[in-house]
Amino acid sequence: MDGMSWSGRRGVAAPAARAMSDPGATGRFGTYGGRYVPESLIPACHEIEAAFRGAWSDPEFHSRFDTLLTVYAGRPTPLTPAWRLSRELGITLFLKREDLAHTGSHKINNVIGQALLAHRMGKERLLAETGAGQHGVATATAAALLGLKATVFMGERDIERQELNVLRMNVLGAEVVPVTTGSRTLKDACNEAMRHWVSSVDNSYYCVGSVMGPHPYPWMVREFQRVIGEEARAQCAAELPVGVPDYVVACVGGGSNAAGTFAGFVDTTARLVGVEAEGGAAATFGRAGVLHGFCSLVLQDENGQVTEAHSVAAGLDYPGIGPEHAHLRDGGRARYETVNDEEVVQALLCLARTEGILAALESSHAVAWVIRAAKSGEITPGSTVMLTLSGRGDKDIASIKELL
Amino acid sequence: MTESLEEFLIARRGTGRPLLVPYVTAGVTPAWTDVVHAYADAGADAVELGFPFSDPMLDGVTIQEASDRAIAAGTTVKGILEEVATLDVDIPLIAMTYSNLVVQQSTAGFCAALTASGLRGLIVPDSPLEEVGELADAAAAEGLDLALLAAPSSSRARLREITERSRGFVYALTRMGTTGERGEIPEQAARLGRELKGLTDRPVLFGFGVSNPAQATELAGHADGVVVASALMRKLLDGARPRELGEYVASIRRALDQGAR
Repeated sequence: MDGMSWSGRRGVAAPAARAMSDPGATGRFGTYGGRYVPESLIPACHEIEAAFRGAWSDPEFHSRFDTLLTVYAGRPTPLTPAWRLSRELGITLFLKREDLAHTGSHKINNVIGQALLAHRMGKERLLAETGAGQHGVATATAAALLGLKATVFMGERDIERQELNVLRMNVLGAEVVPVTTGSRTLKDACNEAMRHWVSSVDNSYYCVGSVMGPHPYPWMVREFQRVIGEEARAQCAAELPVGVPDYVVACVGGGSNAAGTFAGFVDTTARLVGVEAEGGAAATFGRAGVLHGFCSLVLQDENGQVTEAHSVAAGLDYPGIGPEHAHLRDGGRARYETVNDEEVVQALLCLARTEGILAALESSHAVAWVIRAAKSGEITPGSTVMLTLSGRGDKDIASIKELL
Repeated sequence: MTESLEEFLIARRGTGRPLLVPYVTAGVTPAWTDVVHAYADAGADAVELGFPFSDPMLDGVTIQEASDRAIAAGTTVKGILEEVATLDVDIPLIAMTYSNLVVQQSTAGFCAALTASGLRGLIVPDSPLEEVGELADAAAAEGLDLALLAAPSSSRARLREITERSRGFVYALTRMGTTGERGEIPEQAARLGRELKGLTDRPVLFGFGVSNPAQATELAGHADGVVVASALMRKLLDGARPRELGEYVASIRRALDQGAR
């Protein structure tokens, strides 16, 4: 740790009133969120909300959840100082290592929570959509763990890009259904999962992969991911003299790892930064709209048709953003930045070569912004930065090979 | 002032005929307005016009394909409304679309534009009771009848509220699933029809998977009529011309009228 500056600034908490709390029966985050699904799905949404409220106030459920996160998923994940990169950038950078969680990303947190809930509700099958395949792999894993069946909807284009994860899902016993409609990526996989859910709602549970979808999903997924932020906050408190980092940074597609991270710091002085892919930056270029059951910022053309997101990272190829992020943006509590594919690939290489950590392309978005902002002085020298490294990059090796 | 969609349908029902509402995706072919005329000539009681959306959550492959084709051809809400204004039919037209198109400018503005073009009804499948407040108010202010969906999974309390707040008719879903042709009519449809008819005098129409004259007749027996969509769009996508679509609608009309005797 020699050469690191551990001196931070004042870290006194200034609690934001009821930020990132229970959105209530209507599931609204300001004007965003809600429950824009067909009548056929409304009873299921109510049933899931009631089950989640019951489970989340049940110490026994928490105990099972926490135990599985510990003995199965490998939590708590470490907070790793990025020693060499910190020195290079003149800041103090910590990495919250979700890449070290079982299945290789933060997705496992949410999926264990929802699989336990589905099990508690007596459902037999988990349905899931997946982009990069990380949520699909996590769902297949949790299904195997709890003796449930899993059906994963995945865009045909993503199946090509993420062959390794498709194989992993197959090995884990999940059925992977290729989605051939629309842009054949995550957005279309969401549509198809919802359509399938309508027709199988009696025995199937839709395990949504991010802080999106109809209420209670955005709230519930954030709560299941909250463990990232709470652990990181305690770890920062132990590591930093001032207790709280100056910046808390995470990549955002739908925004689940960012939501879980921010939930741990929203009532502190830390500046919250979500980093989107330039080609899928709903918080930056989106307009208010309704997609996949919720109201949020959505990338769309002037006629209201949802546009395709484009990013080197399949997991960020999503034209919307979780409704709570849209609300945090409007209120100024979090800000959302964009980085381009070129910066992302360079950041991935940089982290691999300075720290020996091969991060996912998704997570490399957060790294890319920190590198850019530290070099430009936007992050002032000497600042402390806590970055959630949402997943590992093994799945991206084939894509990276093409990009080099 | 013209009568409302609901008044029109109730009057038609009063003549003893089961109601028939065929569907066409606006813009799916340049001749889509001819399809509307063909439906009207074939004895339709109203026509449902799909305003295509890129992510139609409740639609099966056929309507998805029709929507994609219409969007690729440059179809917009504004363009559809301009064409609707030129239509010369004496039956009500009902718009069907998703929330994202409704909220583009303003919900009130959307409803006003529909009414100004002569549309008399609206269906927004992803706007359930929980979210429908502003839309229902805006539609009511414009005299546009907003028809709500009722599903086999809806509780009796919800069905009661749906029948109270729906305007024009109640859109009963024959099944849990997306739009699209299906083999048989599930038992749950008959149950839903009975329950809805016990709750309201408003017309109740069945939709989703009404594929042929026999199914239309069977379902009409449990309610006041049917909406036929995917079966017609499948034929259109496979190359059927407006006249042929009209003939198919006429065959359903005949079956319904015979079944009602």
